[in-house]
Amino acid sequence: MSEIFQKAVHQNGLVTAFAVIGIIILLSGVISRKLTFGRVHGSAIAIVIGLALAYWGGIVSGGTKGLADVSLFSGIGLMGGAMLRDFAIVATAFEVQATEARKAGLIGVVSLLLGTVLPFIVGASIARAFGYSDAVSMTTIGAGAITYIVGPVTGAAIGASSDVMALSIATGLVKAIIVMVGTPIAARFLGLKTPRSAMVFGGLAGTVSGVSAGLAATDRKLVPYGALVATFHTGIGCLLGPSLLFFATKAIVG
Amino acid sequence: MIIYGTALLACCHLLGIFLGDLLGQLIGVKTNVGGVGIAMLLLIFARLYMQPRGFLPKPTEAGVGFWAAMYIPVVVAMAAQQDVVAALRGGPVALLSALGAVAVCACCIALINRTESQAEIDAAVADLAPLAE
Repeated sequence: MSEIFQKAVHQNGLVTAFAVIGIIILLSGVISRKLTFGRVHGSAIAIVIGLALAYWGGIVSGGTKGLADVSLFSGIGLMGGAMLRDFAIVATAFEVQATEARKAGLIGVVSLLLGTVLPFIVGASIARAFGYSDAVSMTTIGAGAITYIVGPVTGAAIGASSDVMALSIATGLVKAIIVMVGTPIAARFLGLKTPRSAMVFGGLAGTVSGVSAGLAATDRKLVPYGALVATFHTGIGCLLGPSLLFFATKAIVG
Repeated sequence: MIIYGTALLACCHLLGIFLGDLLGQLIGVKTNVGGVGIAMLLLIFARLYMQPRGFLPKPTEAGVGFWAAMYIPVVVAMAAQQDVVAALRGGPVALLSALGAVAVCACCIALINRTESQAEIDAAVADLAPLAE
């Protein structure tokens, strides 16, 4: 019996993922209504459950892709992978009010630049405070504070050591997780109500995964505006990290 | 036909990723520059062009709408495959850099968003069409 079941699940990975995620979202909805009386958004709970399962999957399998490394749940890897994630994000653009997006274009670009430079300065300074005082390590860890892709791309370009690279990826991952979980909690403080505010958020908070999950858990209507700006984040970071930001760091610390 | 909508979405997606890769190569970065953002802009323009001309009947829209509605489930699946173990193993440097970066950016977001007047906020919120569930 259980062998036949396991085989069915194995051979239908993506379909299994649909079922598993559906059950998680159903549970989250019940928890949201019954335990928090609707105060915590069901999507926010679902994302936290997802992260907890990712932790469990990482411990059990010893892999780097969370629950997707547990063979029964390998379909999660396809469903939540870059291809379908980007496909779904692009689809949300269908709901964009073009006039609102255009009004906030300039402020979106400004926040994108701020969202690249500010995390870098913070990350590089903290790296230095912990004894990573050479320009290469400071730049790599600072770049990790932009997104977890900018970190290793920058590190590889300027020749960082592998432990610094790992640290830089970890920094980006922690940031993405904080944004995912923290956005719905801080939504009021951040002033997340309008398309413009979502675009500012998308530029400054960075990381597509953090922004997309954070906005999904706050207000699904704001997703496309934030994502529109956030998707340029990694590109800008990879452009500035190994060049301008590295040279600036080198000029300052020698 | 519902597939027309999904195919339109797929074409915008592919063209956007292609242009993003091209842009990355042009400016000499080893990564895609805003491919998804470009794809989103293409889809927005496609809708602006097609809707008034009657090229977007309900079934075609549903072919895009389904994937937009799948957005949150996909994001939950994405959360479930994050490398949480590695993130927690990063220790104080990773934790403090990330916390510091998020805190500074959050203050910056709050500051910029407070420049929007209440009247503008009300108008924009009213403009946001309710989503079909």
